[in-house]
Amino acid sequence: MEKFTTLTSTCVPVPLQDVDTDQIIPARFLKATTREGFGDNLFCDWRYKEDGQLNEEFVLNDKKYKGEILVAGKNFGCGSSREHAAWAIYDYGFKVVVSSFFADIFKNNALNNGLLPVQVTDVFLDQVFATIENDPEAKIRISLQDQEISVVGSNLVENFEINPYKKLCLQKGYDDIDFLLSKIDEIEKYELMEKD
Amino acid sequence: MAGKTLFDKIWDKHVVHQVENGPQALYIDRHFIHEVTSPQAFNGLKARGIGVFRPEKTIATADHNVPTENQHLPIKDQLSRHQVNTLVENCKEFGVELYGLGHPYQGIVHVIGPELGITQPGMTIVCGDSHTSTHGAFGSIAFGIGTSEVEQVFATQCILQKKPMKMKIQVDGKLKKGVLSKDIILHIISMLTTSGCTGYFVEFMGTTIQELSMEARMTICNMSIEMGARGGMIAPDETTFSYLKGREFAPKGDVWEKKLEYWKTLKTDEDAVFDKEFYFNADDIDPMITYGTNPAMGISITGNIPATSNGSTDPNLKKALQYMDLQGGAQLLGKKIDYVFIGSCTNSRIEDLRLVAELVKGKKKADHVHAMIIPGSRQVELQARSEGLDKILEGAGFELRQPGCSACLGMNEDKVPKGMYCVSTSNRNFEGRQGPGARTMLASPLTAAAAAINGYITDVREMIDK
Repeated sequence: MEKFTTLTSTCVPVPLQDVDTDQIIPARFLKATTREGFGDNLFCDWRYKEDGQLNEEFVLNDKKYKGEILVAGKNFGCGSSREHAAWAIYDYGFKVVVSSFFADIFKNNALNNGLLPVQVTDVFLDQVFATIENDPEAKIRISLQDQEISVVGSNLVENFEINPYKKLCLQKGYDDIDFLLSKIDEIEKYELMEKD
Repeated sequence: MAGKTLFDKIWDKHVVHQVENGPQALYIDRHFIHEVTSPQAFNGLKARGIGVFRPEKTIATADHNVPTENQHLPIKDQLSRHQVNTLVENCKEFGVELYGLGHPYQGIVHVIGPELGITQPGMTIVCGDSHTSTHGAFGSIAFGIGTSEVEQVFATQCILQKKPMKMKIQVDGKLKKGVLSKDIILHIISMLTTSGCTGYFVEFMGTTIQELSMEARMTICNMSIEMGARGGMIAPDETTFSYLKGREFAPKGDVWEKKLEYWKTLKTDEDAVFDKEFYFNADDIDPMITYGTNPAMGISITGNIPATSNGSTDPNLKKALQYMDLQGGAQLLGKKIDYVFIGSCTNSRIEDLRLVAELVKGKKKADHVHAMIIPGSRQVELQARSEGLDKILEGAGFELRQPGCSACLGMNEDKVPKGMYCVSTSNRNFEGRQGPGARTMLASPLTAAAAAINGYITDVREMIDK
């Protein structure tokens, strides 16, 4: 897993609520057996028309918007547990997703892949959407150390929560498997104790 | 000290390690895998040069990608075939039991676990599939996980998790005629929204829930994820025990007696405290149907779609109705439909098929409707055939096919064409879920069967009266 410390970037806004993982990556693209390449089909059915042409109305095809931060409406990533959703977002080039609410499994999947979910208040999210709409070049800065998200050159700033353990994992690039493997003795002891 | 909830009792018993200021390492009793969310996890093991730590606690099946016809032939779709073959190879290499295509135990992962007696009260159960919550119907803690977490379980039989908050949802009273457990859960989701239970693990209780069969309980727990819950569970009782007794992998003899004694302790203490509680009356629940593009966009079968006329319309509702080509304020009753799909881990068990068969017996589906029935497992299929349900269903023009996830998510060839309306007993009506442009309306097996017969959205209670 890649390390994450700070990021300053322009944003791509998807101001819709309840964006489910079937929209992020439709099921028909889940047939791969590796983690790579899912970015090509990120938001596929919104991004492309039926004939395969780009849907110019969708934000990923709008040249005004680019960057490594995806900003989305409330309850992002609901639905299926497919980690392919986090892989697709990361593979496309995003490092951070900002929303006012994340579905549980998506949040875990994102954190396990170095993709930082930043949960902000509804008010702050609205301000970010308004800022980007006014100025697509506006930049957002995320500091994981300070757990702070700010709009560069403005007084818009907010702190976000992250579990201290998960924060450390992201900062160091560690993953949960390394951690659990270091506890194998404890796991074996538990098994002996619980044995019927 | 306050008592403990059922959830606490099971969770706390499985905590192996507490990370300082962090999550807990939870021991996993049973791990189910399938072809879609496991290959990258097996690759992770290979990259680390390690094996599956406790292979006997993992059970594999092929369900998401499999065709529902001619399962004895090689899968036509090259990518699907590769994925299913990869599962076969990985299971062989890592010593995991596989109930693959052609095996008498093959089927949808959340149907076979319970029917084989692998799913038992008090267990922790995970699978790389959000509908793992189904298994909670047996009084177990069961939840869906991502592929990195599948790899954690492979490597250590544990998973790092933050303990969720606890929610109680109580439903009391006698269900009205024609109302099934699918209607209960669609009703609850429509009230609580798709994110209403995010961060929580739900225990369903109350007299209505107690009266339900195991199949009906599974339908409720199955869809708890659709309101954001990590999982749903129901305390085990005599219904649970008599369902389990004698099943292939259920404990036998003295072990059964010992387990039974423990299982009977698995209930929430009277003085236990939940973080949130909701109460519902069975009397308020009608047959339900969805009109929109998430499972919370549901109404009573005789109800009206929320109005969009008064200026300040919710953009999500507008977008959903545009996709569904429906009008705000309109009724769905009488709306012509094109497809009926009876299947999925929500409603593909023998009880569902019996209900459908009973309703359609001696009737014929409307000519323009494609009606598919996909049994949840090979065992369900064989049981249906042995009861003669296949003859009844086929006589009514329904196609009884072979088991798999099928048109619930359209990973195989079973898809609903663009723009077509499908009344589906599955769990998700997201845009494109049943195929690009498909318009899904979620409902119970009875409501779906009634729509197939009439060719339009029907209040099944009128058919039962006749």
